[in-house]
Amino acid sequence: MTERENILGRIREALRVPAERHGHGVVQNSPSAPHESHASDWLPVVGESFEQRVELFRANAAELKADFHLVDSREAAAAHLRELATAKGWKKVATHTGELTRSICADLGVDILITDDGYDVNEMETCDAGITECDALVAQTGSVLVTSRSAGGRALSVLPPHHIVLARRDQLIADLPAAFALLKQTYGAGMPSMISFITGPSRTGDIERILVLGAHGPKHLAVLIVG
Amino acid sequence: MNSAAQFRDDAKRLTHDLRHRELIQSALKKYEVARDAKKARYQDWESARVEASDIKWDAVNHLDAHLAEFARNAEAHGTKVHWASTGGQAREIILGIVREKNARSIIKSKVMTGEEIHLNEALEKADMSVVESDLGEYIVQLRHEAPYHFVFPAMHLTRGEISDLFERELGSAPTNDAGELTMIARRALRKKYITADIGISGANFAIAETGMVSITENEGNARLTCALPKVHIALMGIEKLLPKLEDLALFLPMLATAGAGQVLTGYNTMYGGPRQPGEADGPEEFHVVLLDNHRTRLLADAEQRDALQCIRCGACLNVCPIYKNVGGHTYGTTYQGPIGAVITPHLRGLQDWKHLSFASSLCGACTSACPVKIDLHHHLLQSRRNARGQKPLWWEKIAFKLFAVLANSPALWALAKPMARFGQIFHPLVKATRLDPAYVWTQSRELPKVAPQTFKEYWKGRNP
Ligand code: SF4
Repeated sequence: MTERENILGRIREALRVPAERHGHGVVQNSPSAPHESHASDWLPVVGESFEQRVELFRANAAELKADFHLVDSREAAAAHLRELATAKGWKKVATHTGELTRSICADLGVDILITDDGYDVNEMETCDAGITECDALVAQTGSVLVTSRSAGGRALSVLPPHHIVLARRDQLIADLPAAFALLKQTYGAGMPSMISFITGPSRTGDIERILVLGAHGPKHLAVLIVG
Repeated sequence: MNSAAQFRDDAKRLTHDLRHRELIQSALKKYEVARDAKKARYQDWESARVEASDIKWDAVNHLDAHLAEFARNAEAHGTKVHWASTGGQAREIILGIVREKNARSIIKSKVMTGEEIHLNEALEKADMSVVESDLGEYIVQLRHEAPYHFVFPAMHLTRGEISDLFERELGSAPTNDAGELTMIARRALRKKYITADIGISGANFAIAETGMVSITENEGNARLTCALPKVHIALMGIEKLLPKLEDLALFLPMLATAGAGQVLTGYNTMYGGPRQPGEADGPEEFHVVLLDNHRTRLLADAEQRDALQCIRCGACLNVCPIYKNVGGHTYGTTYQGPIGAVITPHLRGLQDWKHLSFASSLCGACTSACPVKIDLHHHLLQSRRNARGQKPLWWEKIAFKLFAVLANSPALWALAKPMARFGQIFHPLVKATRLDPAYVWTQSRELPKVAPQTFKEYWKGRNP
């Protein structure tokens, strides 16, 4: 017998005795019933309009110590990035090919590493920033939803010390249940190998519960909604 | 020394250590303030707890079906699924992969199941270099000690102690700044991610319908561990299953709020297999090791089965008056605090660990803090019953018989009251000495005073 069968066998044996649930009495082992989720009704409240969601995302970002900008054109986004590159003295950035990244990073005035078909990790380590697109921004939590397919792989959004996210207006969604619904709708059975909710820059409180940014991932996170 | 004696000695020492108490209580005070603020943002935290508990209850009570579905879906996406009944088997599986890959260096993100099966020792014995990448875990690894708390591993250390440690082990300049200390660790670990042959992680949840594992972290160390090495191994207990991907919409924020007072933890990442064609990076192989290690023994205890619902948020430790006083190492277990006291006797044997169920005031703070509504303090009571067996001790039998005689006779009872009031006048003479009949209690606590008046007397006086 394989260990798989041993373990499943022990589980079935154990589950033959129905469990008593505190406050519910003995619950019979009925077949698993799909339940209806009400998570949206319990989780923090989110407004209906785009403006309300922008405000909520902005407030969450501020609390998380992430930068957030709503810019009205791709040119404005590109100008913002150029300013950042000069101010921080970037020499090289890493990015991937996407509709927004292509037009916005076109003339950044610094060296660019494109990750699309693989890359040298030592080279990425020397990059000053990673610029990616995303699948969605979640107003409820101030999170950026990225996947290995939408954001240039697994490391691009976490290895360089500065992460810049470019998003379209229609990518700002309300809450976490909407984010999971979107993932299923976008990818169906063919999910990317990595899906990540990034909520603020990398952080730790492991030393005396004092908040420190940039523990292992990016110290800075900037989110641009390009309208 | 056996584990009960060790617990007693360490607890005695630490409860008198004011520095320790100050450190833990100030850390946990910060947690409490943040948690309450974030909880208040929920439209309905209590209903969220009920729903989370229902989902986990269902998952645990149909664990066989969910596990089989998980394995099927994971394998369909190229993940290699391994099954381990014991810690020894899990170690062998992981060592097998390590040998097959000729690996030399391993980077780990936080894996509590790894602590449970002493994985680092086994890997080091096989001549591997193993580095913990979570900051707290890295610190306790450098100190060669166990995590103090399964969510905040280095909560018992001050900046000064960590600075001394880094100076000694890494040759860094002393500093009193938490940010500086974090950067020292960041620099030391950067190279390791890039050169490691294998990344080992744990898992907070596993999703049956998609075959994914979900990992929650703040630092980005798990993201790097699962991105750069050629092989990624995730080691997890079999109880981590959730049926649907969207269940995470509830569990991720609740884990963050209950566990660390956050809206959402920094990185919540789902891994569904190795690098796919067309993806820029990621490991060539992804292995998931499913570990039983006596979890099925807990499953078979219908009375305490709900303890397998635990999502290891640590909230029950953070609110436990005993934990706050005796500290995490005193437990001598992988999982400390109330949940550790409930599950350790199942995982490691009742005989050696039954004393843990007495490390509770039964106040129930743990039960009300638990996001998945595990009935922790009643389980501790049940464990006490199980530990005592059916037979009470002889002196307890006599004491309760005498008490019954006293309580059943109004005349004797009336006589006992003034005697107790009179007797307690002389109590200070022997208090907390060996002559004190209440010695066990009074050596570290005050004995409550017998009231000058009973409630009945008071009531008669008020309504003559
Ligand atoms: S028992 Fe509940 S409160 Fe304690 S760690 Fe587990 S889930 Fe959290």
